[in-house]
Amino acid sequence: MRAVMDVLPYLVAVWIFLAGCYGLATSRNLIHAVGCLSVCQSGTYVLLLAVGYRDDATAPVFSDVEPGSRPVVDPVVQALALTDVVVGATVTALLLALVIQVAKRHGTVDPDELSELRG
Amino acid sequence: MADAVVVVALLLVAGSATVAVLVRDPVRQALVLAVLGVVLAVLFTAVQAPDVALSQLAVGGALTPLLLLLAVRKVKRRKGRER
Amino acid sequence: MSPRTRLGLVAFGLAGLAVLLVAACLRLPGFGGDSHPYGDRAVRESLARHTANTIASVNFDQRAFDTLGEMTILFAAVVGCVVLLRQTRDEHRARPRPADVAPPVRRYALIVLPIALVTGLYVIAHGQLSPGGGFQGGVVAATSLHLLYLGADYRALERVRPVGLYEVGDAVSASAYVVTGLAGLIGGTAFLANTLLPYGTFNTLSSGGTVPLLNAAIGMEVACAVVVLLARFLDQAVEIEEESGT
Repeated sequence: MRAVMDVLPYLVAVWIFLAGCYGLATSRNLIHAVGCLSVCQSGTYVLLLAVGYRDDATAPVFSDVEPGSRPVVDPVVQALALTDVVVGATVTALLLALVIQVAKRHGTVDPDELSELRG
Repeated sequence: MADAVVVVALLLVAGSATVAVLVRDPVRQALVLAVLGVVLAVLFTAVQAPDVALSQLAVGGALTPLLLLLAVRKVKRRKGRER
Repeated sequence: MSPRTRLGLVAFGLAGLAVLLVAACLRLPGFGGDSHPYGDRAVRESLARHTANTIASVNFDQRAFDTLGEMTILFAAVVGCVVLLRQTRDEHRARPRPADVAPPVRRYALIVLPIALVTGLYVIAHGQLSPGGGFQGGVVAATSLHLLYLGADYRALERVRPVGLYEVGDAVSASAYVVTGLAGLIGGTAFLANTLLPYGTFNTLSSGGTVPLLNAAIGMEVACAVVVLLARFLDQAVEIEEESGT
């Protein structure tokens, strides 16, 4: 049981990332592809936070915990994940803006039809 | 006990991520992504990351699905006019 | 390339990637392990600088330069969206008709709006004390404004949300972050170094030196960015139409 618990969170992160990649590669709609990219991103958050976790520890916030009285989880990976969640959303918005432009120019959001247009 | 919560949340996250990829209609996908965002927030709370959970709840549960739905609406409206 | 060969290629690539990633995962330190050298050092530094929320200390003090980079990405993404989603010459605006909203929805939205807005501002203000901060609170505050679109209609939203003002706010807060960093340089130390202001009393609103200032700048930046982004997307989805026959 312990051995499974040691790697399960990492494997879940890998699974989410690969599932998102599969969706990206087989997507028939650019908006759907952007959604799959955000699934890929969430895989990286799971991996980061899994690396920083510590058993029986509390959150690294000392407003209601006496410093040093309890072990805390790793704050560095949390800071990395936190900024990326918000910045990733704005990058998603930029990609969707590009998709809207593609739809305006070519009248389709299917990547296969788009590559046929190029000839 | 804490481990059990983490495992359940992990499995829910893996399941909803898989569904989010396999659902091909972007509107339905946006709804599944909102569910994924909320489940991820639960997982992050369980691994003692309230800060990340808060931003995931706001971004993954509301902002990203909203942007996706607005993009779908714009693209659909164009298609409707062309026909 | 036929769809079949492409699917084969994707399957091959993903299988290879999966093998590599799983092999890497098996060698990672076990989940929940006790060895976090960087985390322990970050906690020590954060306590030395009287910042109760270690994550805020990492973001706005120890790795403030990294956050400047993140903020630049955010700013560039917003500028890109504004440029891509502007109204072009062959498009015109069609005013949406006022919509009827079911009374329970309207009541709910109008009750929740002020609560959500205040919650967002609270989360920004207490970033260095409790879980939260500029990144999260900014998103909450900005999305809460859009409850007005649910509860009333698009025109009501436009009245409380002059987009130009928020675009200026976005730029101002981005430069405020840089100026705070430059102040450290003028003060004789280093760019974005947290040595200028007194660290204050632990666990009060004014603790942490420059952390609350940078936190507030990021909060304003994120809030303005999200408002501008949603405004552009709503414009495209609701208002802007192409001229017929183009």
